Amino acid sequence: MTDQAYNFAYLDEQTKRMIRRAILKGVAVPGYQVPFASREMPMPYGWGTGGVQVTSACLTPDDTLKVIDQGADDTTNAVSIRKFFEKTAEVDVTEKTAEATVIQTRHRIPETPLTDDQILVYQVPIPEPLRFLEPSEVETRKMHSLEEYGLMYVKLYEDISRHGEIATAYAYPVKVQDRYVMDPSPIPKFDNPKLESAALQLFGAGREQRIYAIPPHTKVVSLDFEDHPFDPSKAPHACALCGAEGSYLDEVITDDQGGRMFVCSDTDYCASRRAAGHVGAMTSIEGATRMLRSASPDQTEPAQ
Amino acid sequence: MIHVEDLRKSFTLHNQGAAVIPVIEGAGFVLAPGECVALTGESGAGKSTVMRILYGNYLAQGGSVWIGEVDITQAEPRDILQLRREVLGYVSQFLRVVPRVPTLDVVSEPLLNVGWGEADAQARARELLERLRIPERLWSLSPTTFSGGEQQRVNIARGFAHFYPALLLDEPTASLDATNRETVLTLIEEAKAEGAAIVGIFHDQEARARVADREVDVSTFAPVAA
Amino acid sequence: MTPLLAVRDLNKTYGRHVGCADVSFTLWPGEVLGIVGESGSGKSTLLNCLAGHLPPDTGEVVFDTRADGPRDVLRMSEPERRMLGRTDWAFVHQNPRDGLRMRVSAGGNVGERLMAVGARHYGEIRDQALDWLDRVEIAGTRIDDRPAAFSGGMQQRLQIARNLVTGPRLIFMDEPTGGLDVSVQARLLDLLRGLVRQMGLSAIVVTHDLAVVRLLADRLMVMKDGHVIETGLTDQVLDDPQAPYTQLLVSSVLQV
Repeated sequence: MTDQAYNFAYLDEQTKRMIRRAILKGVAVPGYQVPFASREMPMPYGWGTGGVQVTSACLTPDDTLKVIDQGADDTTNAVSIRKFFEKTAEVDVTEKTAEATVIQTRHRIPETPLTDDQILVYQVPIPEPLRFLEPSEVETRKMHSLEEYGLMYVKLYEDISRHGEIATAYAYPVKVQDRYVMDPSPIPKFDNPKLESAALQLFGAGREQRIYAIPPHTKVVSLDFEDHPFDPSKAPHACALCGAEGSYLDEVITDDQGGRMFVCSDTDYCASRRAAGHVGAMTSIEGATRMLRSASPDQTEPAQ
Repeated sequence: MIHVEDLRKSFTLHNQGAAVIPVIEGAGFVLAPGECVALTGESGAGKSTVMRILYGNYLAQGGSVWIGEVDITQAEPRDILQLRREVLGYVSQFLRVVPRVPTLDVVSEPLLNVGWGEADAQARARELLERLRIPERLWSLSPTTFSGGEQQRVNIARGFAHFYPALLLDEPTASLDATNRETVLTLIEEAKAEGAAIVGIFHDQEARARVADREVDVSTFAPVAA
Repeated sequence: MTPLLAVRDLNKTYGRHVGCADVSFTLWPGEVLGIVGESGSGKSTLLNCLAGHLPPDTGEVVFDTRADGPRDVLRMSEPERRMLGRTDWAFVHQNPRDGLRMRVSAGGNVGERLMAVGARHYGEIRDQALDWLDRVEIAGTRIDDRPAAFSGGMQQRLQIARNLVTGPRLIFMDEPTGGLDVSVQARLLDLLRGLVRQMGLSAIVVTHDLAVVRLLADRLMVMKDGHVIETGLTDQVLDDPQAPYTQLLVSSVLQV
């Protein structure tokens, strides 16, 4: 079978029109979950079927696509989705945030600020922020339509009562344009301030058959209590590779002796900083030696 | 204060062939404030029935019972409730309370119901319980476990906590020893002196003679057999 | 004085079966109304129609709202009715599991209604929750425990606290002491009586337990086959019942 056996970007035009209508409705009602007839995709649920359908409906032959998974361009999920569209849409692909026109993401917002000619597509596992406390879909839809969001605060209350602070670290609920409470997908709460963006942000949940959107420059407020304000904190370290202090970090375990390091989760951001000459503790000789010494106290010299 | 006129009462026992049992026919008597009337008549003559009608506990088939400005045979439930809270007291032979509620609270409840503060109500309850010789160690316990005499005294303390301008007493001195009987009679005399109109049933003749100004023989209200 | 609730000609049928028929009554502020009858007599249907859980076929349920005075609840918009359900009304279910969030802590359960009406200060919400746990005799140390760890009586008291925290004026109770041990029932009844007096609450209590209504209700409504067959002062209805069915009901109670 040749690649031409597929319609452009895999989905047939009717399906893409259906999805675009859902996207338009989502844009018109920011934060509102629009039901759509999610299709079977050639990948299992949980691997981004919702995001892929939204991306498919947005792509044009002139687009440049970037795909990230937890900030990285080179993980399995990101690589296979990127290859999928290279094969079915023959669009240009890139790892550079600034060069991309469409970015599909799982669980991160790129560090580099997005612009008004970019679209960010999120993969969403569970779109309903009220779901964990209210199992009934009929009831949650009613709560959204009547703006009854007390229950969302119950969740935050429970967090504080159990952990002394709002311990929700990802999928932190937000209120969009003073109306709908929305689950921003499992991005770290560190990324929440970036939800107020110049780019169009689209959210696709394949299994749950929902699409929702944050149009450019929409007000997005993270829910909190007056005496426990929202805090977009992150690990108190600098990136070991590029030295960035203000980027979201992944913790990497380096050995079984307790050695670890923190590196930027956004690989493109980290790489461009390093290309520009920034260094972190690991990439400077002295720093690396010190780190390895402290991590492996019985070794006096760095490993060869 | 209490004005009973042409009172009629019969019971219809629907589950026993709809038998109609007439009990009282044409009962009438009047009490001024500060007066005490004793209902007399042999057992079964209808003394308790009259008392219960006066309290609104039994429905009358005819006639009227004026307690102050309210005809209790015609009044709406909420008016009767208000009357019972503020004007009309009733000390029955039996104590009926929520189990596990402390004695002190049982006695002070009528005062809280008419708007007394917690502290004042409790102080008044203590005073009465003391006068009626309920040992202080029992005050925090529920009266449901008390002896008959103790229960009766708690009942009296509860009935006399708030001053009711109209008061119904059903055998207030039954099952009491001489000392406590004296206290209860004194309480009745004090209430009279304050202006309460009291209707009572006293089997205790001496007590009756002491507090009652008049007697009303209930058997004269017995229906003439048809 | 305006009645708190005025019900007129309420009817509800399930096909050919009568749920409740031609029910009219008035509830005044501070009053506790008991509705008694056997299973299937229509008392729960009536309660659900009154509380807005079930749409009646015809009739009016006029509630004296704080803001706009008397209004027919059945003709309110759904958001208004739901708001009423979170503020001025409360509903205590027979089974606490139906009225509590079992996966949320006691404090969260009590705080939910506060947060639903806009409370956004954690410390204040928690203080109020502690105060209410104390009022329903649940130790403050249990505030972060889930209701699943509570006894049946505690769960029921928690349900009451959760309902009363926003200071409602009318509370619907469906067999509030059903399924509880007798000694636990007594404590709950005493608590309810105290709260009704302190808060000036009005209540409508559905039960088949005549002992419960004798201690809790000012007035009674006796139902049979969907119809109200007798009304009156609680002690009068129980001590001098007029309708044949009420006489049977009262005489069927075992004397202890």
